[in-house]
Amino acid sequence: MDLTIFGAALLNGILMGGIYTLVASGLTLIYGVLHIINFAHGSMLMLAMFGVYYLLMKLGIDPYLSLVVMVPAMYALGYLLYRHMIGKLSLGRDENILLITLGLSILIENLALMFFKGDSRTISLSYSDKVLEWGPLMVSLPKLISFVAAMVLCALLGLFISRTDTGKAIRAVAKERMGARLVGIDVDKVFAVSFGIGLATLGAAACLLMPIFYVSPTIGHVFVMVAFTVVVLGGMGSFLGAVIGGLIVGLTESFGGLYLGESLGQIGIPLIFILILLFRPTGLFGGKR
Amino acid sequence: MNKSIPLWVHLLLLAVAIIFPFVLPSAFWVNFGVLALFYAFIGQSWNIAGGFAGQLSFGHVAFLGAGAYASTIVQMRFGWNPWLGLPVAALAGAAAGWMVAAMSFRAGLKGSYFALITLAFAEVFRIVANSIEITGGGLGMLIPMKQTAANFQFGDRRVFYYIMLALTVVSIAIAVWLKASRFGARLAAIRENEDSAMALGINVYSEKVKVMMLSGAIAGVGGCFFAQYFLYIDPTIAFGTDKSVEMLLVSMIGGAGTVYGPLIGAVLLALVSEVTRAMFTIQGLSLVIYGTLLVIIIAFLPNGLIDLFKRREKRQLGRLSSGASGKAGDA
Repeated sequence: MDLTIFGAALLNGILMGGIYTLVASGLTLIYGVLHIINFAHGSMLMLAMFGVYYLLMKLGIDPYLSLVVMVPAMYALGYLLYRHMIGKLSLGRDENILLITLGLSILIENLALMFFKGDSRTISLSYSDKVLEWGPLMVSLPKLISFVAAMVLCALLGLFISRTDTGKAIRAVAKERMGARLVGIDVDKVFAVSFGIGLATLGAAACLLMPIFYVSPTIGHVFVMVAFTVVVLGGMGSFLGAVIGGLIVGLTESFGGLYLGESLGQIGIPLIFILILLFRPTGLFGGKR
Repeated sequence: MNKSIPLWVHLLLLAVAIIFPFVLPSAFWVNFGVLALFYAFIGQSWNIAGGFAGQLSFGHVAFLGAGAYASTIVQMRFGWNPWLGLPVAALAGAAAGWMVAAMSFRAGLKGSYFALITLAFAEVFRIVANSIEITGGGLGMLIPMKQTAANFQFGDRRVFYYIMLALTVVSIAIAVWLKASRFGARLAAIRENEDSAMALGINVYSEKVKVMMLSGAIAGVGGCFFAQYFLYIDPTIAFGTDKSVEMLLVSMIGGAGTVYGPLIGAVLLALVSEVTRAMFTIQGLSLVIYGTLLVIIIAFLPNGLIDLFKRREKRQLGRLSSGASGKAGDA
């Protein structure tokens, strides 16, 4: 095997892994900590990406600058969505949350199809094609930025969960809902805040993804299976797990494509997902379920 | 709730279904009828696993696709008569159901975890069908047109309608039987509380595997019909997420765990999609309506639209009994 191709696949896998970590970190919080399956995660990402797209097209705001707008906007959306819809309508049953978020994703995706039409769009920026050369290897600058940002974001989320009072409340609710209520934690609010933070990370992911990816109403499908795989692989609610999981998934995809061909190469991700659920449902870094 | 449906309801619905293509014989309405019954049929397959046994599946299309591919492969690659495709598809669907169920249930996966793993299995099937030669890879398989009855192809589309109607009647009969049988009662016990079911001496694992095989067989037959009706399958058509979601939707919206829920949901789905297509040129509108309905139904009508009929009955009963107690109070 040619070493350069191997190196390129390795590098590409790691960088894609960073992007997957980015998309999955919010899901880790929602799914891992609160045991809610947010099936609308992918369509929310799509929504945020269209937000970034239109901020650039209509107002000329650079995607990286849009972070200032998109992160709080997505937080607000998530908070309100949980407070006024998902939390109220699900009647406290996990399976209902799954079905409601499924309904929501169908709704959002098809509304997007109605308004934005089906074609995929890309943006071009002065730095879109910037490449850093490192010997025979070439690294796309926006990909490198998104990778570094993903690592920073996960570190911040980890610190937030372990060091702040809100983080402590989230952990308390995750461990023992009734006990948390007894010591005076507003459980519903904690759920809404976590949901908001989960979507806020998607706002950040959208800003970092847009310079290197395309957006279309069905873009969420690309990420849903991947994001769930990263989360179960890394382990419930572990942000270090999300980073490692993202890297493993990115590398699996990259080397799968290299050795098994473009079509069969895709099999790695769902296969990892199935194997982890069957044999190690707590994931690599997860605690007890 | 446990009162069985009176016979005249079954017969009335059957009579309406039989005369439908004579009242509305145009190609449009016959096609409409075929698709509505097809969705009722595959919706019933989902309903038997998801509604009766409470095993929520997000990847039910895996069984449909297994049936579609198995029947088309024996026809195209081994020259079997397409009618033999129906039992082959049932077997393939049951085998796929057994595989997914045996692995997932042995690992103890429940609820949302089971839903997600079925989704992953469907994805694995899709990728395999896309990558190997016998399935025709990404190009799929085109069944050549040859309109003879022996070849499962008919110039008069109404024959397809009656075949689909017969299959739907069988699926509804299975649902009626499940409502009345001990097997169905065991499934209901598992759905309500798995631990108590186990405490009652029910072999939860084997009952769940059995129901997934039954449900898989029905979905497989649906896949065979689909392939013969459209004369074409490819990995995205046979294993795409859309159909999994539609199977779940018609069942949940009509009423999961009820005999006629999938039929109600399927007729509504077909109506909504045809009406929106005829009146607006907007892509995706019918699914917007459907997504909204799903959310509303889970929140307000957890037993599906079928509850609207039952509620009226209950309210009348309630009025009668409160009237009676009122009189007793007066006296």
